[in-house]
Amino acid sequence: MKQRIPRQKRRSQLAEVFGRLLKNRMAIIGLCVLAMLALVAVFANQIADYDTVAIQQNYTERFLSPSLKHPFGTDEFGRDIFARIVHGTRISMFVGILSVSISLTLGGTLGAIAGYYGGAFDNVIMRILDVMLAIPGMLLAIAIVNSLGASIPNMMISVGISGVPGFARITRAALLSVKDQEFIEASRAIGARDHTIILTHVLPNSLAPIIVQATLKAGTTINTVASLSFIGLGVKAPTPEWGAMLSGSRAFIRDYPHLVIFPGLAIMVVILSLNLLGDGLRDALDPKLH
Amino acid sequence: MSENNFLEVRDLKKYFQTSRGMLHAVDGISFSLKKGETLGIVGESGCGKSTAGRAILRLIEPTEGQIYFDGIDIRALNKEEMRKMRHNMQIIFQDPFSSLDPRKSVSQIIEEPLKINRIYATNRERLDRVKELMDLVGLAQRLVNTYPHELDGGRRQRIGIARSLALNPQFIVCDEPVSALDVSIQAQILNLMKELQAKLGLTYIFITHDLSVVNHFSDTIAVMYLGKIVEKGSTEDIFSHPLHPYTQALLSAIPIPDIHSRQERIAIKGEITSPIDPKPGCRFASRCPKANDYCGRAEPALVETGPGHSAACHLIESIQ
Amino acid sequence: MGGIAMHNEFAVEVKNLYVEFKTDYGVVKAVNGLDISIAPGKTLGLVGETGAGKTTTGLAMMNLIPSPPGRIVQGEIRICGQDILKLSEREMDKLRGQQISMIFQDPMTSLNPVMTVGTQIAEVIAYHEKVNKTEAMKKAKEILELVGIPAERAKEYPHQFSGGMKQRVIIAMALVCNPSILIADEPTTALDVTIQAQVLAMMKELKEKLHTALLMITHDLGIVADICDFVSVIYAGRIVEHGTLEDIFDNPAHPYTKGLFNSLPSITNRKTNLKPIRGLMPDPSNLPSGCPFHDRCDDACDICTSAMPQKAELSESHYVECHLFHSDKDKSVFGGTK
Repeated sequence: MKQRIPRQKRRSQLAEVFGRLLKNRMAIIGLCVLAMLALVAVFANQIADYDTVAIQQNYTERFLSPSLKHPFGTDEFGRDIFARIVHGTRISMFVGILSVSISLTLGGTLGAIAGYYGGAFDNVIMRILDVMLAIPGMLLAIAIVNSLGASIPNMMISVGISGVPGFARITRAALLSVKDQEFIEASRAIGARDHTIILTHVLPNSLAPIIVQATLKAGTTINTVASLSFIGLGVKAPTPEWGAMLSGSRAFIRDYPHLVIFPGLAIMVVILSLNLLGDGLRDALDPKLH
Repeated sequence: MSENNFLEVRDLKKYFQTSRGMLHAVDGISFSLKKGETLGIVGESGCGKSTAGRAILRLIEPTEGQIYFDGIDIRALNKEEMRKMRHNMQIIFQDPFSSLDPRKSVSQIIEEPLKINRIYATNRERLDRVKELMDLVGLAQRLVNTYPHELDGGRRQRIGIARSLALNPQFIVCDEPVSALDVSIQAQILNLMKELQAKLGLTYIFITHDLSVVNHFSDTIAVMYLGKIVEKGSTEDIFSHPLHPYTQALLSAIPIPDIHSRQERIAIKGEITSPIDPKPGCRFASRCPKANDYCGRAEPALVETGPGHSAACHLIESIQ
Repeated sequence: MGGIAMHNEFAVEVKNLYVEFKTDYGVVKAVNGLDISIAPGKTLGLVGETGAGKTTTGLAMMNLIPSPPGRIVQGEIRICGQDILKLSEREMDKLRGQQISMIFQDPMTSLNPVMTVGTQIAEVIAYHEKVNKTEAMKKAKEILELVGIPAERAKEYPHQFSGGMKQRVIIAMALVCNPSILIADEPTTALDVTIQAQVLAMMKELKEKLHTALLMITHDLGIVADICDFVSVIYAGRIVEHGTLEDIFDNPAHPYTKGLFNSLPSITNRKTNLKPIRGLMPDPSNLPSGCPFHDRCDDACDICTSAMPQKAELSESHYVECHLFHSDKDKSVFGGTK
């Protein structure tokens, strides 16, 4: 007559991380804003027509202040800034997030290999990346995009690659602090293979600095894209892109500040949301903080 | 003779290349162990005892030597065969904090060996085994979803023990399993490990710096100093008539919690020297109260002085 | 023989000390009405497990409780007759090092890695005494010799010293101004047994030579037996039993003290079974009612769960805080359980 103990339900790890994330109000705000912007990007054409509003020049309506008709005002060519920001969402967010994903995947993998295996791997990988790091990121991006040809995908690739050394360094450092812990050895002792160990123990424990780097990098990427566009290597002229809008209207900052304020705000909101989400994610992944 | 030896280690060496020279962490140790017995490896920090424990399990690759486990030369196994072999040989770590992944819950930690080796087909069977293991080591079922940082050192060490038992090993290397714990908790864990040994017929190598624990726990003892075994024998022999001057000093240095049986301390000078490119000669000579000129010149071999009792000291050789 | 005797001047006297820490999870009651007194030249062993409040007690005696979150709620700490809780920050600074010193467990992090050992000791001297640089250095070298380090090594940096040697340097630094009390917080826990034996022997010699009162904070009853004159057993921030070395080792009274002894593997008799104390140290932010040990105690009865036991004096030098020893009730029942 053994008394049965009620079965303890076990929660899955993903559910637990998500549960913890939901408790973090700031992270949820970040997540909501990003989701909203994603919706805006998807339904950009329904919000404002691209051909007739976003890129159509209208010299009778230049430099208008914000009004009901033009919520964010109009620019030096009389284009509606609100519509341009809505359409810019597509490019800016897309380019920002995708470039960072490229840096993260490549840099993370290289850094993980270098950090986990050490020795010759480490030396070869890190010395090559050091050389890349010695070239200013902007210059590197210009060089790559120039050799590939100026287009939006090439620009994303070049910006992504120029971010690789930074991610590799951070991943490697984070890994080094984790890989000598005894639980890694314990995992090897029960017969785990290298890739299992890296994926289930090493990476989850070294994520925090990588996530922070990724969210910060997403912001600077949008700026880099703007700079590339400015020198003609990125987004071509009428296409609305936040960074290009910002840098293109520098000349009018004194007389018509709204030309600069709104694209700037848009960039800021994205970076802030990414940061909030990133911090929340980092905390949610760490059971010690709860 | 080696027929009934469950584990036999012959001339095991592990050297590390450092910038200052070759570090002889483990420098030719040999011993054997019968099934169900416990061998205590005793020594101070830096003597190579932990490296030896890991080299035996091939968690670090030995530089030289043979390891026979149940008749199988495990150094001859390839990576995949060794991985399978690990079912039989496990390790319990010293630090109940760093030996558990802080991001995994208790059940995830205990089920990891089962998952990796695909022991059970369904989640349910696996979870049942996890609960069985938790019962075995005295962890309450309600802790199944907790994380290591929420638990005290004793419970964490129980998790580590449950993980190492998951694959039904026959042999466990215990690397200072209780030295990070408070005395009252230490006693709980030692009792648990003894109980498990009796119940499951485990063979232990118990690595420790604490002589009173090893006295309580082991059948035979090997005393290590700078990568070498300087004395080995049954626990009774080592404690009642230690032969090597180092063993004698070590025994006399233990603070005994008894105010009536105080013994005279054998003071040994200085501190453990570096095992990098050791000079020929007895490694203990520079600290040994009995050393003479000869000790610094030739290395003493481990000589049997009685049944199962041997020591590596020139002075004993001359007595014999 | 000092102890509880009334007329003795104590080097240090702590009365009814309460220390708490405010955290996000509630108030951690680390020390709860603790009494300690040590006569000059005597050694008191403060024995207890992790989280019992040993280190907090030591820090409180230095008036070094980090505040916030910590706070000395009430109590009195007298060092050579002076209540240090009434001193200004500046007066306290002068007192530390000169009257009272503390050494910590980890010799690796207690020294500044970029200064020579001699300079670090000389700095302490220069702070407390009116001496010039050369004199301070000379004195530093003398104290190094005293702890068994050749004077010429004063020029070396901490990384050139081994763990045992570093701990000697730290002890030298603590003793250089000849304080009347030294608090040693697990000074040998990080060291190997043979090195520990060397350091303990040196400390024993020094305290006799310098007539320093020593508070030895440790979890190791072996060290207590080796070096102490008196023993206080601390549990959940209170001294549950106090007596001379003989009182505690020959006639342990408190069930916790007995439990500690039973948990130790014996070096002389290897076949004895270990009798661990069941359960865990109570959470200091959520202490149980009554006697804090009652839920781990095999002899606990009803009163233990409801009332905090008072001191019961077993002899002039020996007291215990346990209901089993109260003369007014139940003594006939429990008197023989010892």
